[in-house]
Formats: sequence, structure tokens, C-alpha cells
Amino acid sequence: MDIAVDKEKKKPKHIHIEPEHGLLNFNLKEVWDYRDLIILFTKRSFTVRYKQTILGPIWLFLNPFITSVMYNLLFGVIAGLSTEGVPKLLFYMGSNALWTFFSSCLTMTAGTFRSNARIFGKVYFPRLTIPISSVLGAVINFFIQLLMFSFFWIYFIAIKQVTPNWICIPFIFLILLQLGCLGLGFGIIVSSLTTKYRDLSILVGFGVQLWMYGTPVVYPLSQITDPMLSTLLRINPVTQAMETFRYIFLGTGEVNIFYWVVSIIITVIILLFGISIFNRVEKTFMDTI
Amino acid sequence: MDKEIAINIQNVKKKYRLGQIGGGTLQGDLQSWWARKRGKEDPNSVVGSNQNIYGQTLMALNGIDLTVYKGEALGIIGKNGAGKSTLLKLLSRVTAPTEGSIDIYGRVTSMLEVGTGFHGEMTGRENVYMNGAILGMTKAEIDEKMDQIIEFSEVGEFIDTPVKRYSSGMYVKLAFSVAAHLDSEIMIMDEVLAVGDMAFQQKCLDKMFDSSRLEGKTILYVSHNMNTIRRLCSRCVVLSKGQVIFDGDVEKAISIYMSNNSNETVFMDYSNYKRPKWLKNDAVRISTANYVDKDSCIFYQNEPINIRILWKNNTDIKQLGVRYEIRTKEGTPLATSINSDVCSCKKDTENELVLKYDLSLLAPGRYFSLFTFFQVDSMGEYLDCDCVRGMDIIIENTEQKTEWYSNRWGNIIIPSASVEIIK
Repeated sequence: MDIAVDKEKKKPKHIHIEPEHGLLNFNLKEVWDYRDLIILFTKRSFTVRYKQTILGPIWLFLNPFITSVMYNLLFGVIAGLSTEGVPKLLFYMGSNALWTFFSSCLTMTAGTFRSNARIFGKVYFPRLTIPISSVLGAVINFFIQLLMFSFFWIYFIAIKQVTPNWICIPFIFLILLQLGCLGLGFGIIVSSLTTKYRDLSILVGFGVQLWMYGTPVVYPLSQITDPMLSTLLRINPVTQAMETFRYIFLGTGEVNIFYWVVSIIITVIILLFGISIFNRVEKTFMDTI
Repeated sequence: MDKEIAINIQNVKKKYRLGQIGGGTLQGDLQSWWARKRGKEDPNSVVGSNQNIYGQTLMALNGIDLTVYKGEALGIIGKNGAGKSTLLKLLSRVTAPTEGSIDIYGRVTSMLEVGTGFHGEMTGRENVYMNGAILGMTKAEIDEKMDQIIEFSEVGEFIDTPVKRYSSGMYVKLAFSVAAHLDSEIMIMDEVLAVGDMAFQQKCLDKMFDSSRLEGKTILYVSHNMNTIRRLCSRCVVLSKGQVIFDGDVEKAISIYMSNNSNETVFMDYSNYKRPKWLKNDAVRISTANYVDKDSCIFYQNEPINIRILWKNNTDIKQLGVRYEIRTKEGTPLATSINSDVCSCKKDTENELVLKYDLSLLAPGRYFSLFTFFQVDSMGEYLDCDCVRGMDIIIENTEQKTEWYSNRWGNIIIPSASVEIIK
């Protein structure tokens, strides 16, 4: 009797394998079951990256710092672009942190299938765990950059050159969520397509570069006076996030609810489309890669 | 009571496309497509390959039906290309079937490779977590098993050292230990056990199959090593050309597999044979060789082996000798028989001889062979005149004899000692 009860409890998991799964089968529950794996992948990318380097984790600060200084020099001093009265270094440091977050979400997830082909060919686990862990890694990276940003930020607040909108600070999570999903969505679409067409991976590096100039990263949106161009910029789903980020931390920038809604709709569509194509490709890509 | 089903495979097919599949770049694909449209040669295909092959398909699995019950240790054997690996890939969900369905009841661990996800820069312990999680364990489960895993792996104090500093043996041992401690109901193993030292292999096999017998785990095991299949499996399936051709008793399956092996030829024709590069002498050319009155390469222990060799002499040779070299299937020289003065023969003559060997010292298994003709020169040294690969030899256990474990005892059976009991 006891045995029977015990058996009832340990009802084995049932897996059914068939050629075609529905187009909208997202399998998210399974991804949740493997959450420990996501955390481990994220941890691994950090522990591995700075082993056997002299400066180690200092690179996490050094890299964005040098980039910000370069932007400051190039766009601020030489090109003389306006930063809406915000101290130039702070402006570029903030923009760079947020843009790096988005672009690394995209580029890191774009390589999912190709760079993990060997593991994927040997063992099954929900493939989405890898791009998700890349995004989590990018989030951590962003907060590290934000930490560095805060040192300068607090200094400039103290000398009253910057007036942030304190109450809006929680919105940073909305920004991260939207950009993270957008980057993930685009990344896994590209990654799914690169299993067949390798040249897309070259396009990504180039495309992200172009996208950066099509987003108010090194200049504020208010600088664009041409109505056509500024509408175009506003439809870009990264623009609102960037401007809102500035509104929160620097007290400048434009927050437009309508374009926010547009950005979120675009993000959701791209993410759903991405997951659906990704889940289709993951079943057979081992035969084509 | 009915046996519980662990895996149910119904009419599973897996199709692969042959010929030119995706060039990898969009441009390449467009080029190929355009060339085919105009009936021209595809610029991206391998030069000289058959153009008509485009669109042809290969059925790697062609309608597999199989039911595996809980607690069974099922061996899967078959030639290369029979579909064994494809079947395992489908079961471990690395790729999806083209047709049919598979139902699996229980958690599956597939070991198509050990150490998946190991990273050289991480310590042994970190890698255990990583690898365990990839194979489907949660962190809590790994924590619970950690001590057992470390102990089983014999890695000991090196567990907190980056694995790139491990010896390859340690690496494999650690990797295998993780897999061996998984809590899944179904284990799928490719020939991952062909790693590590003998003692460790043994330990792993014992561990695996204890879990099948005692804990009721289901095991699917693919191997070319008939000895392990014999010892460990309770049932065996033979695959050929993507279909199950036999399912049932292990011994019977093995003998079907053995006789189904097509590269067993009892007759060799050397008219177009490429001699090894080191052979400078062309005094003798062997033309054919065959086993006398045999239609397979399978010999029972104690069965004499009769080999007929035909050859042509290109010069006069006074003392022609024959060497019969036997190698293991890995190519390691194992044993040699030398007849240093077989005959003397004239230039441009066709000659024939039959050699009769007693190979009862050879343990059961498969062997390669080499025929070498030589003469002894004035300095008293062997001068090889011709050297060709001979027919393979498969020594079978005679029915009444007990098992011979070649991987532990070697390939030579020394006849039993004559015993004199003193007291």
C-alpha cells in the first residue's frame, strides 16, 4: 500500500516528441525550470571573462570610461554638439551606458546558435536559457556602469549643475525591461537566421553601429529640428528609452507617452516573433549549421 | 502486472537532404539557385560531384518502432550509418524527427559526450555545477550530490583548480562522475565510456548498470564493443539502414550483427592494390589471396585457418619466405608467424601455395592481417618483396567456453598450465 502511494507521488515526467510544434509554443515553463542554468551561464560569462587578465574587473569601468572620454572629445569638443546644458562627460557617460546595454543585448544574443553549436549538438536544454542569460549579464554590466556614472553624477548634483527627477528613478527598470526585450528579440531573430545565412552576423556589427547614429545617443533629440527626421527618430524604439533615461537622471530630454506606447508595441511584436522563430529553429538547426 | 513503459517510439523517420544544402551565405544560395534555374553547373558544389543528387534525400531512420520498458538495459548495435546516433539524437532532443512520434516517461539524461559545457578557466567545482545544470539538475540537487561526485571522480583536492590544468584523464573522470550521479529515470549513452583508464571505465559501467538493476533506471547503450553489450544489456536491438532488423536476445543480436557486417571479404584481389610507400622492392607481386572453403571471416577457436595465395615472380628467388602478421583492430601489431624458406621460384612464373595456420592462441575478437613475402639477403637480413593487407579474422567464442575479457586480459590466450599438485 505504501509503495503504491509513493509511486503516485513520483509520477514521471512525460515528454512527447513530434516533428512540428505549434507556431506559438513558447515553452516558457521549461525555461523557468532551468532557471538555475540561466544563473550559472550568467555567472560563467563574468568569471571567465576576466581570468588571467592584469586589470581584471577594472576593465568593466575602464572600457566605458575611455569611450565616454572619446565621445566627449569627438562629439562634444571637436564637433561641438549640444548636450542641453548638461556637463558633457556626464551626458556621454550616461548615454553610452544605456546604449551599450542595448547593443550588447543584441550582439550577444545574435551569436547564440553559432557559438554554442557544439553544446547544442550534444545535449538538450531549453535553448532560450542562453540568450536570456546574455541579457542578464548585460543588465549587471549596465548597473556596474551606472555605479561609475553615479560618482560623477553625485558630484555634479552637489555643485548644482544637474537636477534629476528623483521620483522617476524606478522607471529605470521599465527602460531596462523594454530595451532588454527589444535587444533579445532582435538578437534571437538574427541568431535564428544566421544558422542558414552566415553573412547576417557581419551585418549585425555594422547595423548596430548605424542604429546608434539613428538614435539620440551622442546628441539630444531636441537638436533635431527637421519634423520628418525627428518623427523618424521617435519611432525608433530605443529613442524614448534614451530620452526618458536623460529625463530621470539629468533633468533634460523629452518623454512622450504616445511614442512610448509605440515603442512598447514594437518591442512586444519583435520579442514574440523572435521567440517563435527561435523555438522553431532550435529543433532542427543541428541539421543545417 | 504489465511492465511500465519508459520509451515508446512510433514509426519515427528522419530525413536528411543530400547534395548541396545551404551554402551558408545568402549570396551563395542565390548563386546556386540561379545556376539551377538555367540548368548550368552549380558554382558552389564540389567539382565533379553528381549534380542530379540535388533534392535527393537520405532516410537516416526509416520507420522505427520500439518500446522500451522501465528498468531495461537496452543495447543498440549496428554498422556505421545504420542510424544509431540519429536515434540517440532524437531521443535526447538535439534534433526533431521528420515523421512519427516519441513518448518518453521520465527525465532523460543523454550522454552523447562527457563534459559538455566544461570551461577550462573554471574550477572543477564550478564546472560540476555548470555541467550538472546543463544536464538538467537544479543547484540544490547538485549541492546534495557534490561530495559523492568528488569522491567518485577521484579528483580529490584538485576540485578547486581550473580544469585547464587537469590531466586529460582527470578531466574525463570528473565529467563522467557528474553524468553518473544524475537522478534521471532514463539514461542514454553513446560510446562515452571509451575514455579514462581501465579501472575507471569498469567502475563507471558497474555504477551505471547497478542503477539499472537496483534502482530500476532505464538505460539505452550504443556501442561497438560486443563484450560490454554482452555483459551489461538485457535486451539488444540491431539497426540496419535506419530500420530495426532484430530486437530481443543479446547473443542472437550480436551474431546477426556480425554476419551482417558486409566488409567481411574472404577473397582479396591485389591487381589494383596500392602497396605501402616504404616498399621499394618489386621482386614479388601477390595477385590474390583467399580463405580456403570459407564464406565468412568468422573462425571458431581451434578452427585451423587455411589461406591460399597466388603470386607472380618478377626475378629469380632462391629462398622465398612468408610472414603472416596479425594486428588488433586498432592496428597494433599483435602476433606474427614466419616461414623463412617456403620455396625457390623462377622469374616470370605464377605460383600458388596454401598456408595452414593454427590461431587457437588468439582470443575472440576481430583482427587485421598482413601478408609479407621476403627473401633473406647475403647479410642475413630480411628483404621484403611484397606486402599487402590480408583478409580480416574474426575469432568467435566456441559455445561451451566461458567469456574472454580482451580489454582486461589481452588478445593472447596462453594454454592452461600443466598443474602438478604437490600437496
